[in-house]
Order: sequence, then structure tokens, then C-alpha cells
Amino acid sequence: MVTPMTQTRKRSAKIHRTRADRVFDALLYAISLVILIIIIYPLYFIIVASFSNPSAVTGGKVWFWPVGFTLDGYKALLEAPQLWTGYGNTILYAAAGTFIALVFNIPAAYALSRKDLYGRRILNVFFLIVMFFSGGLIPTFLVVQQVGLYNTFWVMVLPFSISIYNIMIARTFFDTSLPGDLHDAAQMDGCNNLRFFFQIVIPLSKAIIAVIALWTAIGHWNSYFNALIYLRDPWRRPLQLVLRNILITNQRIFAVTTGEAALEAVRKANLLRYTSIIVSTVPILAIYPFAQKYFAQGVMIGAVKG
Amino acid sequence: MTGQHVQKRKSAGSLREAIRQIRRNAGLYLLLLPAVVLVILFAYWPMLGISIAFKDYSAPLGIAGSLWTEPWYKHFFKFFNSYQFTNTVKNTAWLSVYTLIAAFPIPIVLALGINQMRAKRFKRFYQTAIYLPHFISTVVMVGLLIIWLSPSTGLIGAIYGLFGKTAPNLMGSKGAFDDIYVWSDVWQHMGWNSIIYIAALSSVDPTLYEAAMVDGANRFQRMRFIDFPMILPTAVILLIMNAGQVMNVGFEKVYMMQNNLNMSVSEVISTYVYKIGITHAQFSYSTAINLFNTMVNVMLLVMVNTLSRRLSETSLW
Repeated sequence: MVTPMTQTRKRSAKIHRTRADRVFDALLYAISLVILIIIIYPLYFIIVASFSNPSAVTGGKVWFWPVGFTLDGYKALLEAPQLWTGYGNTILYAAAGTFIALVFNIPAAYALSRKDLYGRRILNVFFLIVMFFSGGLIPTFLVVQQVGLYNTFWVMVLPFSISIYNIMIARTFFDTSLPGDLHDAAQMDGCNNLRFFFQIVIPLSKAIIAVIALWTAIGHWNSYFNALIYLRDPWRRPLQLVLRNILITNQRIFAVTTGEAALEAVRKANLLRYTSIIVSTVPILAIYPFAQKYFAQGVMIGAVKG
Repeated sequence: MTGQHVQKRKSAGSLREAIRQIRRNAGLYLLLLPAVVLVILFAYWPMLGISIAFKDYSAPLGIAGSLWTEPWYKHFFKFFNSYQFTNTVKNTAWLSVYTLIAAFPIPIVLALGINQMRAKRFKRFYQTAIYLPHFISTVVMVGLLIIWLSPSTGLIGAIYGLFGKTAPNLMGSKGAFDDIYVWSDVWQHMGWNSIIYIAALSSVDPTLYEAAMVDGANRFQRMRFIDFPMILPTAVILLIMNAGQVMNVGFEKVYMMQNNLNMSVSEVISTYVYKIGITHAQFSYSTAINLFNTMVNVMLLVMVNTLSRRLSETSLW
């Protein structure tokens, strides 16, 4: 009695699904494909253009593969030493800055996650205020100048290493993924807070440490604002500030003035724009497939907090 | 009198209790110390410097030694009366409202779509690809825009060329500045911003789908009546947070997209604060403009938060 009825119902549901849902699927994948092209093609174009003869690019002949294949753009990179200085500086800033950020943010986040921390509420407010209210550009600039950090290595890695957002995310992580009785048990065995943090909490928190390290490193790699405000010497400039000159301010890198040579210089400057974009973005794209999981994880930990 | 006495003893007792608690967890305060010191030095100390918004700052006299302005609102009135006031406020508000309208709904639609994809491989590739532009730096992003949109060397030039036309100079066009700013932002961040909604969708109870299927709901209906309500609370919270930031347009991208041709529509408060303060070294005036902007931001955040608590019972605090 029951069996045939459920069977017919199932069948009708299936028929229903195949009709409306096939249209739905077709639309879904068609739109997704268009989005995919809009995202990928402009980036692909830069790669193709970097290998092409600039006059072919200007003439609108370059679409899917290099036209008039050339490596001149990559050779031009070798003649732009400031780009490599910037590269080296950024690697230093990113490495030191990430290390400092971890050493300062993670312990603070752990302390704030402990329910038995006396004054926890006040400390939370102390950190939160900074998220919404700040002294602003000039007062901060004056402080940096006053403590003697202006135009030094340290200004790039130390003063702005505290990220309230990262502290909140790490705190949520400790709140939700460390078992509460772990600390009680350790305390019973006479383990003090510092030892507990370094020997038990840190090994259990590799995921959140990885997330924050990656975010901070990428932030250093991509930022130019602090360097613009707080650095004066050109040789201290990080990659992005050098790139800004090459890509946007269009500073003449090849100081040539006349005839043929000037044309050649413009040609090279154009090529250099493509290749410098590529070499400056490659490191991030190289770690991206492996790191993507961690990035997304970080967003989700943040989302739990709401 | 005895009551007072008891009160006193009690507070002395709680003080002793506090000291006992702090000593017991001394290690935790040690862990907090570096962060607290840095926040005091580079976040709270500069707040004292805001006082120069009410002074005529001069470097030799220092912040404390500089003289107060007469009247105290001198720099603020100077800003309110300057032609840059309406201009920067209008540009700032318009850019962020436009961004909000364009950039807010798209990640939701993307997440709903991704959640419905059954081709596992394609889904993973698609997600990886659309998150990717988020990691491009602002400098490179603007550099890419200049290359793509250049009438002579760019994609736009080539596309116009296909139809035998010459492309307009978009980067130097006043009318196109806001569109370029907003839609390149959408292009760069829509994928990344969808992650949070995908996370919300991953917690949908599968039995809901089964029940809906038994009732004959098709995929679109399931998306409409199960997935969409599921991500609505997340969307509301994010909308509140964004609405509270309406007078806060980031410096980096706008500054680099500026040129002489689009300056009248591209000057926002943050770039103006930078130019007055760093380029022209008018420290007090710049700080006053900055403070005005910060106050507006804080007020907006409080207002939006209160409103949303009344209307929807979701709020940040």
C-alpha cells in the first residue's frame, strides 16, 4: 500500500527537478563562467602583454598569446635596481614585522581569552576604543617623530604591529578551541601561566598562528601608506612604493632625452610596467594555493564572533 | 557611621582581593604588557596630540607649548567655510554610498550560487579564482587599471579598436572616476567577501533541503526559501558595520587614482587631510579636519547601531 505511493511521489519530484533545475543549473554555470572570464582574462592579458612587442599591444593585436615575442621587459627589470632594493626591503620588513606582530598579538589575545583575568572587561574596552577612535594622521606622525622612529627600519615593523582585529580573532580561537579544564588540570600540577602558554597553548594553536602570520606578511607585502608617511630615504623604500613610481607616477627611470633613444625608453618603460607587476605579485600567487585554506579559516573564525 | 565603616572595610577587602587575583595571574599580565605598551604609545598618546586642532601648532614650541587658538573653533570654521568642505564631504559620502550599494549584494549572490554548485572540481577552481584578486596590492590594482583603461596600450583601446573607434581616456575622465573606483573594488573583493556567507551557508541543516525536496521545491526555491534566510542575519550585521563607515573612504586607492583631470570629484577627506598635513605641513588645520571626520564616523556608528538594535535586535554592542 505504502510503497507505490512513495514511489510515485519520488518520481514526480524527480521529474520536477529535472525540468526547472536543469534551467537553473545551465544559468548558474553560464553566469559563473562569465564571472570567471571577467576575473581571469584581464590578469592573463598582463602576462601575455609582458612577452609581447609593445607596438603590437598598442596596436590592439595582442589578445590570447604573445605577438612579437620578446623578453625585453624582463631584461628591463635588471636595469631597474631600485625595484630589487625595494624587493629586499619588503622581505626584511615583512619578516621582522610578522615576527613582531606574532610575539605581541598572540600572547595578548591569550591573556584576554582567560575568564579569570582580573580587569578583563576594562582591558577589552582599552583595546576596542582604538578600533573606532584614533589620534589621526598628524598627531601619530608627531609621536613617531618624537620617539625618534621617523625614517628608520623600526617604524616599518614596530609601532603599528598591534592589530586589534587579529587580537579579537585569536581570542575567539582560544575561547572556542582550547578546552577550559585544560588549564585547571595544568594548574593542579603546578604549571604556571607562562609555562602553560608556551608549552601547551602555542603547540595547540598552530592554525591561528599561521592565519595571523600569513595575513600580516601579506599586509606588509602590499602596503605603502606607512612608508609614504614615515620614510624619507629612497633606499629604505619598500617594493610597493617603488612600484608606485614605475606604474603610476610614471617616473622616468631611463634618463634618456633624444630621438630614437627616447622612443626606446618609452617602449621599455611600458614593458617594465607589465613585468614589474608580474614579479611583484608572483610571490603572493605562489603561496596562495597553499595558504587559501588558512585565509578562509581566519575569516570564518572572525565570523563566529559576528 | 557603622555602615560607612563596613563600606570602607569592604572596599579595602576587594582591593586586597584584586591584588591577590592579579598576583595569582601575574604571568598573564606579562603576556599583555608589550601590546598594552604599544597601544598606549602609538594609539593613546597621539590622542593627546589632537589638542593641536585647537592650537596654532609650531614645532619649536611643541604640542603642549603651542598657543590655543582664539576662538577655539578657528580651524574648524576655516574648513567649514572653505570650498573644499562641501567638495570633500560630498565626494567621500558619494564614493562610499556607491560602493555600498554596488559591492554589498554581489557577494551574497555569489555565495548563494557557489552553494548550489554540484560540480566539485569546478566549484573549487571557481572559488580559488574569484578569491585571487583580493591579494593584489592597491598599487598594482591601480597600475592594472591604468594599463587596462589606457586608450593607447590597454584592453579598452583594443576593444574600441575592434569597432573602429578610438577609446576615451577613462582614467582622466571626471565622470568615470567613481565608476572605475567602485567597480574595480567589486572586481577585486567580491569573491573574498562571499566567504563569510559561504561559511554561514555551510551550517544549513541538510534535512531542511530534504524536506523541501519532498514538498517539491526546486533548486531555485530552495535557495530562495532556505539559503537566503540563513544568511540574512550575517548580511544585516555586515550592513550595519558598513553603514557606520560611510564617511570613511580609504586613502590608498583614491590617492593613487587622482590626477589633475579628476581632482574635483576624487578629493576625499582622507586625501585632503594628507595633503594639508604632510604636503603643506599645516599640522593644526589637518588635525582639525581629521578630528571632524572621526567624530562624524563615531556618531554614525552609534546611530546606525542604535537604529538597528531597535529595528532588528541585531547590533554590534
